[in-house]
Amino acid sequence: MTAHDEHSISTRTYFLVFTALLVLTGVTVVAAFFNFGHLNDIIALVIAGTKATLVILFFMHVWHASGLTRVFVLSGFAWLALLMAFTFADLFTRWQVEAAG
Amino acid sequence: MSIPSTAEHHTTTHPALAHHFNDLAQQREAGTLGMWTFLVTEVMFFGGAFTGYAYYRWKFPEAFQAASHHLDIVLGTINTVVLICSSLTMVLAVQGAQRGDRKRLVRFLLLTILLALVFLGIKAFEYHHKWVEGHVPGRYFRWDPQHDGAVSPGGAQLFYSFYFTMTGIHAAHMIIGIGVIGVLVWMALRGRFTPESYGAVENTGLYWHFVDIVWIFLFPLLYLIGRH
Repeated sequence: MTAHDEHSISTRTYFLVFTALLVLTGVTVVAAFFNFGHLNDIIALVIAGTKATLVILFFMHVWHASGLTRVFVLSGFAWLALLMAFTFADLFTRWQVEAAG
Repeated sequence: MSIPSTAEHHTTTHPALAHHFNDLAQQREAGTLGMWTFLVTEVMFFGGAFTGYAYYRWKFPEAFQAASHHLDIVLGTINTVVLICSSLTMVLAVQGAQRGDRKRLVRFLLLTILLALVFLGIKAFEYHHKWVEGHVPGRYFRWDPQHDGAVSPGGAQLFYSFYFTMTGIHAAHMIIGIGVIGVLVWMALRGRFTPESYGAVENTGLYWHFVDIVWIFLFPLLYLIGRH
């Protein structure tokens, strides 16, 4: 196996991902003009997450990366999830303390 | 080749192979892993800002929506498209390096720089507009509840603090990226990359796509809230 075999993603795939990113950008802009209540943020974040995943897997070649590299990639987002989960678990429940006070 | 090798595989050395690696694949893997380690720290760097944004938006929802309404959604969308295009040109440049196609590599690197400059130009225009409107947080911040929205001016100012901080550090990353890509062009023209050794191109690509991903999240969170 030569160094570049593992990274041979076709130009066609790159353009498909590119098109998907543009379409999703359009969807997220259009969706923002409709009132879905709290769902607006969920929709925006799911679309952004999908776009980010496409970029990571194909443009950043993680689809073909080694297991070790994938663990490193996941660890970054896992730690971010921890940071947010514990921060929000604290901040968003402070009203209960005040009510009990 | 005076040093005897104890490695089991063949010992023919490639000019691009550093002496502390067994082979090019291992050298490449180490480079990718190192770059991702850096990008993980970047995820946490921007992640902290996103966490702060989430908290203050929860605290001042109306003010954030009203302030967001003053951003130009057309320019924001155009810039999102420009950045996605620059990710495509970057990945095609990397592909050029993979194939040993120097012309393709240089052409797409230059195109990436061009798109990045378009992005920064539009960003500068937006910043200037915000300054004229008096929406730069701090001493000269102006918020007229009659015209701008009957919300907490402090909350609106917080939104713009996040807007300028996050788009600012994002733009700083792009400026650094432009510099690095410029160096790649120079190296490519001097024939420094081969299909066996183009780690600098690949890793700069990773960096560039990461910067794109940050914007993919910044765009809806800054421009698209409170449009409905």
